[in-house]
Amino acid sequence: MADNLLDVEIVAEDHFVWSGQARSVSARTIDGEVGILPGHLPMLAVLGDGEVVVEAADGEPVTAQANGGFFSVDSNRVTIAAAQAELSA
Amino acid sequence: MSAADIRVFRQKIDSTASMKKIFNAMELIATSRIGKARQRVAASMPYANAITRAVSAVSSQQDIEHVLTSEPENPRRAAVLIMSSDRGLAGAYSANILRKAEALIERLHEEDKTADLYLIGRKAQAYFDFRNRPYKGFWTGSTDSPDFDTAKEIGETLVEAFLTDYEDGGVDEIHIVYTEFKSMVNQEPMVIRLLPLEFVDEEVADESDLFPLYEYEPAPEEVLDALLPKYIESRIFSAMLQAAASELASRQRAMSAAGDNADDLIRDYTLLMNNARQASITQELTELIAGADALAE
Repeated sequence: MADNLLDVEIVAEDHFVWSGQARSVSARTIDGEVGILPGHLPMLAVLGDGEVVVEAADGEPVTAQANGGFFSVDSNRVTIAAAQAELSA
Repeated sequence: MSAADIRVFRQKIDSTASMKKIFNAMELIATSRIGKARQRVAASMPYANAITRAVSAVSSQQDIEHVLTSEPENPRRAAVLIMSSDRGLAGAYSANILRKAEALIERLHEEDKTADLYLIGRKAQAYFDFRNRPYKGFWTGSTDSPDFDTAKEIGETLVEAFLTDYEDGGVDEIHIVYTEFKSMVNQEPMVIRLLPLEFVDEEVADESDLFPLYEYEPAPEEVLDALLPKYIESRIFSAMLQAAASELASRQRAMSAAGDNADDLIRDYTLLMNNARQASITQELTELIAGADALAE
Protein backbone atom coordinates (compact mmCIF):
# COMPACT_ATOMS: atom_id res chain seq x y z
CA MET A 1 0.00 0.00 0.00
CA ALA A 2 2.68 2.42 1.01
CA ASP A 3 4.49 1.74 -2.27
CA ASN A 4 1.77 3.08 -4.45
CA LEU A 5 0.96 6.23 -2.54
CA LEU A 6 2.70 9.55 -2.46
CA ASP A 7 3.51 11.47 0.71
CA VAL A 8 2.52 14.98 -0.13
CA GLU A 9 3.37 18.10 1.75
CA ILE A 10 2.27 21.57 0.68
CA VAL A 11 3.91 24.48 2.48
CA ALA A 12 3.84 28.23 1.99
CA GLU A 13 6.55 30.66 2.98
CA ASP A 14 5.10 31.42 6.36
CA HIS A 15 2.71 28.61 7.09
CA PHE A 16 1.94 24.99 6.64
CA VAL A 17 -0.87 24.20 4.20
CA TRP A 18 -1.61 20.54 3.78
CA SER A 19 -0.02 17.14 4.06
CA GLY A 20 -1.17 13.63 3.60
CA GLN A 21 -1.05 10.61 1.35
CA ALA A 22 -2.16 10.82 -2.20
CA ARG A 23 -2.61 8.77 -5.34
CA SER A 24 -1.53 11.51 -7.71
CA VAL A 25 -0.51 15.12 -7.83
CA SER A 26 -0.74 17.50 -10.72
CA ALA A 27 0.81 20.91 -10.76
CA ARG A 28 1.77 23.64 -13.16
CA THR A 29 5.45 24.32 -13.69
CA ILE A 30 6.75 27.27 -15.63
CA ASP A 31 7.05 24.95 -18.64
CA GLY A 32 3.65 23.37 -18.40
CA GLU A 33 1.47 20.94 -16.56
CA VAL A 34 3.03 17.90 -14.87
CA GLY A 35 1.35 14.93 -13.30
CA ILE A 36 3.08 12.87 -10.65
CA LEU A 37 2.20 9.27 -9.94
CA PRO A 38 3.85 7.03 -7.37
CA GLY A 39 7.23 5.82 -8.55
CA HIS A 40 8.04 9.01 -10.40
CA LEU A 41 11.73 9.81 -10.94
CA PRO A 42 13.23 12.35 -8.55
CA MET A 43 12.43 15.74 -9.95
CA LEU A 44 12.91 19.34 -9.00
CA ALA A 45 10.88 21.92 -10.84
CA VAL A 46 10.00 25.55 -10.64
CA LEU A 47 6.30 26.17 -10.06
CA GLY A 48 4.29 28.51 -12.17
CA ASP A 49 1.13 30.20 -10.95
CA GLY A 50 -1.83 27.95 -10.86
CA GLU A 51 -3.68 25.14 -9.23
CA VAL A 52 -2.17 22.12 -7.58
CA VAL A 53 -4.56 19.22 -7.55
CA VAL A 54 -3.88 16.34 -5.20
CA GLU A 55 -5.94 13.21 -5.37
CA ALA A 56 -5.86 12.09 -1.76
CA ALA A 57 -5.65 8.45 -0.75
CA ASP A 58 -9.40 8.36 -0.06
CA GLY A 59 -10.13 9.63 -3.54
CA GLU A 60 -11.06 13.14 -2.42
CA PRO A 61 -9.50 15.83 -4.58
CA VAL A 62 -7.63 18.54 -2.70
CA THR A 63 -7.13 21.70 -4.66
CA ALA A 64 -4.72 24.43 -3.69
CA GLN A 65 -3.92 27.69 -5.33
CA ALA A 66 -0.14 28.02 -5.37
CA ASN A 67 1.86 30.90 -6.76
CA GLY A 68 5.57 30.77 -7.40
CA GLY A 69 7.97 28.46 -5.64
CA PHE A 70 9.15 25.00 -6.49
CA PHE A 71 8.32 21.42 -5.98
CA SER A 72 10.38 18.34 -5.50
CA VAL A 73 9.69 14.68 -5.95
CA ASP A 74 11.98 12.22 -4.26
CA SER A 75 11.19 8.56 -3.61
CA ASN A 76 7.44 9.11 -3.44
CA ARG A 77 7.79 12.20 -1.33
CA VAL A 78 6.34 15.26 -2.95
CA THR A 79 7.08 18.63 -1.43
CA ILE A 80 5.40 21.70 -2.81
CA ALA A 81 6.94 24.86 -1.42
CA ALA A 82 5.11 27.84 -2.78
CA ALA A 83 5.50 31.54 -2.21
CA GLN A 84 1.80 31.73 -1.53
CA ALA A 85 -0.51 28.80 -1.19
CA GLU A 86 -4.09 28.48 -0.03
CA LEU A 87 -6.45 25.57 -0.17
CA SER A 88 -9.34 26.37 -2.43
CA ALA A 89 -12.69 24.87 -1.65
CA MET B 1 15.20 63.51 59.99
CA SER B 2 12.24 65.64 59.23
CA ALA B 3 8.93 65.81 57.45
CA ALA B 4 10.83 66.78 54.30
CA ASP B 5 12.66 63.44 54.33
CA ILE B 6 9.40 61.58 54.67
CA ARG B 7 8.03 63.42 51.67
CA VAL B 8 11.12 62.62 49.60
CA PHE B 9 10.88 58.93 50.44
CA ARG B 10 7.17 58.87 49.70
CA GLN B 11 7.82 60.41 46.29
CA LYS B 12 10.47 57.79 45.56
CA ILE B 13 8.13 55.00 46.60
CA ASP B 14 5.36 56.39 44.40
CA SER B 15 7.56 56.75 41.35
CA THR B 16 9.11 53.31 41.83
CA ALA B 17 5.64 51.83 42.19
CA SER B 18 4.46 53.44 38.97
CA MET B 19 7.57 52.24 37.15
CA LYS B 20 6.91 48.80 38.50
CA LYS B 21 3.48 48.90 36.89
CA ILE B 22 5.11 49.68 33.56
CA PHE B 23 7.63 46.85 33.98
CA ASN B 24 4.85 44.42 34.84
CA ALA B 25 2.82 45.51 31.85
CA MET B 26 5.81 45.16 29.50
CA GLU B 27 6.62 41.77 30.94
CA LEU B 28 3.05 40.61 30.34
CA ILE B 29 3.04 41.98 26.80
CA ALA B 30 6.35 40.28 26.01
CA THR B 31 5.15 37.02 27.52
CA SER B 32 1.97 37.02 25.49
CA ARG B 33 3.83 37.80 22.28
CA ILE B 34 6.56 35.20 22.71
CA GLY B 35 4.01 32.46 22.22
CA LYS B 36 2.97 33.94 18.92
CA ALA B 37 6.57 34.54 17.85
CA ARG B 38 7.46 30.93 18.59
CA GLN B 39 4.46 29.74 16.64
CA ARG B 40 5.64 31.76 13.68
CA VAL B 41 9.11 30.22 13.97
CA ALA B 42 7.47 26.80 13.95
CA ALA B 43 5.18 27.71 11.05
CA SER B 44 8.08 28.81 8.87
CA MET B 45 10.04 25.61 9.50
CA PRO B 46 8.41 23.29 6.92
CA TYR B 47 9.13 25.71 4.09
CA ALA B 48 12.67 26.40 5.31
CA ASN B 49 13.37 22.69 5.59
CA ALA B 50 11.92 21.94 2.17
CA ILE B 51 13.94 24.65 0.50
CA THR B 52 17.16 23.80 2.35
CA ARG B 53 16.81 20.21 1.30
CA ALA B 54 16.21 21.15 -2.30
CA VAL B 55 19.14 23.57 -2.38
CA SER B 56 21.45 21.01 -0.81
CA ALA B 57 20.32 18.44 -3.34
CA VAL B 58 20.96 20.66 -6.34
CA SER B 59 24.22 22.11 -5.20
CA SER B 60 25.65 18.78 -4.03
CA GLN B 61 25.75 17.86 -7.68
CA GLN B 62 29.25 18.83 -8.66
CA ASP B 63 28.59 19.31 -12.32
CA ILE B 64 26.40 22.36 -11.87
CA GLU B 65 28.28 25.62 -11.95
CA HIS B 66 26.39 28.50 -10.50
CA VAL B 67 27.51 31.93 -9.44
CA LEU B 68 25.70 31.63 -6.13
CA THR B 69 27.40 28.40 -5.13
CA SER B 70 30.94 28.82 -6.39
CA GLU B 71 33.46 30.26 -3.99
CA PRO B 72 35.14 33.41 -5.30
CA GLU B 73 38.91 32.97 -5.49
CA ASN B 74 39.78 36.11 -3.65
CA PRO B 75 36.97 37.47 -1.51
CA ARG B 76 37.58 41.11 -0.69
CA ARG B 77 34.28 42.46 0.52
CA ALA B 78 31.63 40.91 2.70
CA ALA B 79 28.10 42.00 3.52
CA VAL B 80 27.17 41.74 7.17
CA LEU B 81 23.49 41.76 8.08
CA ILE B 82 23.02 42.66 11.73
CA MET B 83 19.69 41.91 13.41
CA SER B 84 19.16 44.08 16.47
CA SER B 85 15.95 45.35 18.07
CA ASP B 86 13.96 48.51 17.48
CA ARG B 87 13.38 49.23 21.13
CA GLY B 88 15.46 48.89 24.23
CA LEU B 89 14.39 47.58 27.61
CA ALA B 90 15.43 44.12 26.54
CA GLY B 91 18.46 43.69 28.74
CA ALA B 92 21.71 43.11 26.90
CA TYR B 93 19.96 41.84 23.75
CA SER B 94 21.18 44.52 21.34
CA ALA B 95 24.53 44.97 23.12
CA ASN B 96 25.26 41.26 22.70
CA ILE B 97 24.39 41.22 19.04
CA LEU B 98 26.47 44.31 18.36
CA ARG B 99 29.44 42.84 20.22
CA LYS B 100 29.14 39.70 18.11
CA ALA B 101 28.94 41.84 14.97
CA GLU B 102 32.03 43.82 15.98
CA ALA B 103 33.94 40.58 16.47
CA LEU B 104 32.91 39.42 13.01
CA ILE B 105 33.88 42.74 11.41
CA GLU B 106 37.23 42.53 13.19
CA ARG B 107 37.77 39.02 11.85
CA LEU B 108 36.86 40.08 8.32
CA HIS B 109 39.35 42.93 8.55
CA GLU B 110 42.06 40.51 9.60
CA GLU B 111 41.26 38.49 6.49
CA ASP B 112 41.68 41.70 4.45
CA LYS B 113 38.03 41.97 3.64
CA THR B 114 36.00 45.11 3.98
CA ALA B 115 32.62 44.80 5.61
CA ASP B 116 29.51 46.39 4.14
CA LEU B 117 26.94 46.72 6.88
CA TYR B 118 23.23 46.16 6.53
CA LEU B 119 21.26 46.84 9.68
CA ILE B 120 17.94 45.73 11.05
CA GLY B 121 16.51 47.58 14.04
CA ARG B 122 16.89 51.10 15.34
CA LYS B 123 19.36 50.05 18.03
CA ALA B 124 21.95 48.98 15.47
CA GLN B 125 21.26 52.07 13.39
CA ALA B 126 21.74 54.36 16.40
CA TYR B 127 24.93 52.53 17.35
CA PHE B 128 26.57 53.05 13.95
CA ASP B 129 25.16 56.57 13.50
CA PHE B 130 26.62 57.63 16.84
CA ARG B 131 30.05 56.34 15.82
CA ASN B 132 29.77 57.93 12.37
CA ARG B 133 30.31 54.59 10.72
CA PRO B 134 28.71 54.14 7.33
CA TYR B 135 26.26 51.39 6.50
CA LYS B 136 24.75 50.32 3.20
CA GLY B 137 21.17 49.79 4.17
CA PHE B 138 18.82 49.58 7.10
CA TRP B 139 15.36 48.32 7.91
CA THR B 140 13.50 49.37 11.02
CA GLY B 141 10.05 49.20 12.50
CA SER B 142 9.18 45.54 12.74
CA THR B 143 11.88 43.68 14.63
CA ASP B 144 9.45 42.13 17.08
CA SER B 145 7.04 40.86 14.42
CA PRO B 146 8.89 40.59 11.12
CA ASP B 147 6.93 40.07 7.92
CA PHE B 148 7.99 38.13 4.90
CA ASP B 149 7.96 41.16 2.61
CA THR B 150 10.77 42.77 4.60
CA ALA B 151 12.77 39.55 4.45
CA LYS B 152 12.17 39.43 0.72
CA GLU B 153 13.35 43.01 0.28
CA ILE B 154 16.48 42.35 2.33
CA GLY B 155 17.11 39.14 0.42
CA GLU B 156 16.78 40.91 -2.92
CA THR B 157 19.13 43.69 -1.82
CA LEU B 158 21.76 41.24 -0.64
CA VAL B 159 21.53 38.93 -3.64
CA GLU B 160 21.82 41.94 -5.92
CA ALA B 161 24.93 43.11 -4.07
CA PHE B 162 26.30 39.58 -4.31
CA LEU B 163 25.75 39.41 -8.05
CA THR B 164 27.45 42.77 -8.59
CA ASP B 165 31.18 42.71 -9.32
CA TYR B 166 33.60 43.80 -6.63
CA GLU B 167 34.72 46.70 -8.83
CA ASP B 168 31.17 48.00 -8.98
CA GLY B 169 30.72 47.79 -5.25
CA GLY B 170 29.47 44.24 -5.01
CA VAL B 171 30.20 41.81 -2.20
CA ASP B 172 31.75 38.34 -2.28
CA GLU B 173 30.23 36.95 0.89
CA ILE B 174 27.10 37.43 2.94
CA HIS B 175 27.04 36.94 6.70
CA ILE B 176 24.14 37.25 9.11
CA VAL B 177 24.46 38.10 12.79
CA TYR B 178 21.31 37.19 14.68
CA THR B 179 20.18 35.77 17.99
CA GLU B 180 19.19 32.16 17.96
CA PHE B 181 16.23 31.27 20.10
CA LYS B 182 17.31 28.11 21.89
CA SER B 183 14.82 28.21 24.71
CA MET B 184 12.97 30.71 26.88
CA VAL B 185 16.03 31.16 29.07
CA ASN B 186 18.75 30.72 26.50
CA GLN B 187 19.25 32.87 23.43
CA GLU B 188 22.60 32.97 21.76
CA PRO B 189 24.05 35.49 19.31
CA MET B 190 25.14 33.62 16.20
CA VAL B 191 27.00 34.32 12.98
CA ILE B 192 26.17 32.35 9.88
CA ARG B 193 27.60 32.65 6.41
CA LEU B 194 24.76 32.67 3.94
CA LEU B 195 26.70 32.90 0.70
CA PRO B 196 28.65 31.27 -0.77
CA LEU B 197 26.81 28.23 0.47
CA GLU B 198 28.59 26.35 3.16
CA PHE B 199 28.29 22.63 3.11
CA VAL B 200 28.20 21.46 6.60
CA ASP B 201 27.42 17.79 6.91
CA GLU B 202 23.70 17.74 6.69
CA GLU B 203 21.79 16.51 9.67
CA VAL B 204 19.70 14.36 7.38
CA ALA B 205 19.05 11.23 9.36
CA ASP B 206 16.56 9.88 6.86
CA GLU B 207 16.81 6.60 5.07
CA SER B 208 18.01 8.62 2.09
CA ASP B 209 21.18 10.26 3.30
CA LEU B 210 22.40 10.57 -0.23
CA PHE B 211 20.53 12.93 -2.43
CA PRO B 212 19.14 11.30 -5.53
CA LEU B 213 19.94 12.52 -8.98
CA TYR B 214 17.13 14.82 -9.88
CA GLU B 215 15.46 15.55 -13.11
CA TYR B 216 15.17 19.26 -13.57
CA GLU B 217 12.50 21.28 -15.14
CA PRO B 218 13.62 23.55 -16.71
CA ALA B 219 17.45 23.29 -16.76
CA PRO B 220 19.40 22.88 -13.50
CA GLU B 221 20.87 26.37 -13.80
CA GLU B 222 17.45 27.91 -14.15
CA VAL B 223 16.13 25.92 -11.22
CA LEU B 224 19.03 27.21 -9.12
CA ASP B 225 18.39 30.73 -10.36
CA ALA B 226 14.86 30.49 -9.09
CA LEU B 227 15.65 28.52 -5.96
CA LEU B 228 18.59 30.37 -4.44
CA PRO B 229 16.99 33.78 -3.95
CA LYS B 230 14.09 32.00 -2.29
CA TYR B 231 16.50 30.08 -0.13
CA ILE B 232 18.23 33.30 0.93
CA GLU B 233 14.90 34.96 1.70
CA SER B 234 13.77 31.98 3.66
CA ARG B 235 17.00 31.86 5.69
CA ILE B 236 16.79 35.59 6.40
CA PHE B 237 13.13 35.32 7.36
CA SER B 238 13.70 32.46 9.74
CA ALA B 239 16.66 34.31 11.29
CA MET B 240 14.40 37.34 11.72
CA LEU B 241 11.71 35.25 13.37
CA GLN B 242 14.24 33.70 15.72
CA ALA B 243 15.63 37.13 16.51
CA ALA B 244 12.11 38.41 17.23
CA ALA B 245 11.38 35.54 19.62
CA SER B 246 14.77 36.11 21.29
CA GLU B 247 14.10 39.83 21.61
CA LEU B 248 10.77 39.22 23.30
CA ALA B 249 12.27 36.62 25.62
CA SER B 250 15.10 38.99 26.57
CA ARG B 251 12.60 41.76 27.18
CA GLN B 252 10.46 39.53 29.32
CA ARG B 253 13.46 38.52 31.42
CA ALA B 254 14.75 42.08 31.71
CA MET B 255 11.32 43.38 32.74
CA SER B 256 10.84 40.62 35.24
CA ALA B 257 14.22 41.47 36.82
CA ALA B 258 13.32 45.18 36.78
CA GLY B 259 10.04 44.41 38.54
CA ASP B 260 11.87 42.45 41.23
CA ASN B 261 14.34 45.30 41.68
CA ALA B 262 11.47 47.75 41.97
CA ASP B 263 10.01 45.60 44.76
CA ASP B 264 13.35 45.67 46.59
CA LEU B 265 13.60 49.43 46.23
CA ILE B 266 10.06 49.96 47.47
CA ARG B 267 10.82 47.82 50.52
CA ASP B 268 14.03 49.73 51.27
CA TYR B 269 12.41 53.13 50.84
CA THR B 270 9.45 52.10 53.00
CA LEU B 271 11.84 51.14 55.81
CA LEU B 272 13.70 54.43 55.48
CA MET B 273 10.45 56.36 55.39
CA ASN B 274 9.19 54.61 58.54
CA ASN B 275 12.50 55.36 60.25
CA ALA B 276 12.20 58.99 59.27
CA ARG B 277 8.60 59.18 60.47
CA GLN B 278 9.47 57.57 63.79
CA ALA B 279 12.45 59.88 64.20
CA SER B 280 10.33 62.95 63.60
CA ILE B 281 7.67 61.75 66.09
CA THR B 282 10.37 61.09 68.68
CA GLN B 283 11.80 64.51 68.07
CA GLU B 284 8.43 66.21 68.44
CA LEU B 285 7.78 64.33 71.68
CA THR B 286 11.18 65.31 73.03
CA GLU B 287 10.49 68.90 72.16
CA LEU B 288 7.03 68.81 73.80
CA ILE B 289 8.32 67.23 76.98
CA ALA B 290 11.23 69.63 77.13
CA GLY B 291 8.81 72.54 76.60
CA ALA B 292 6.41 71.28 79.30
CA ASP B 293 9.33 70.81 81.72
CA ALA B 294 10.51 74.32 81.03
CA LEU B 295 7.01 75.74 81.71
CA ALA B 296 6.62 73.75 84.93
CA GLU B 297 9.75 75.22 86.45
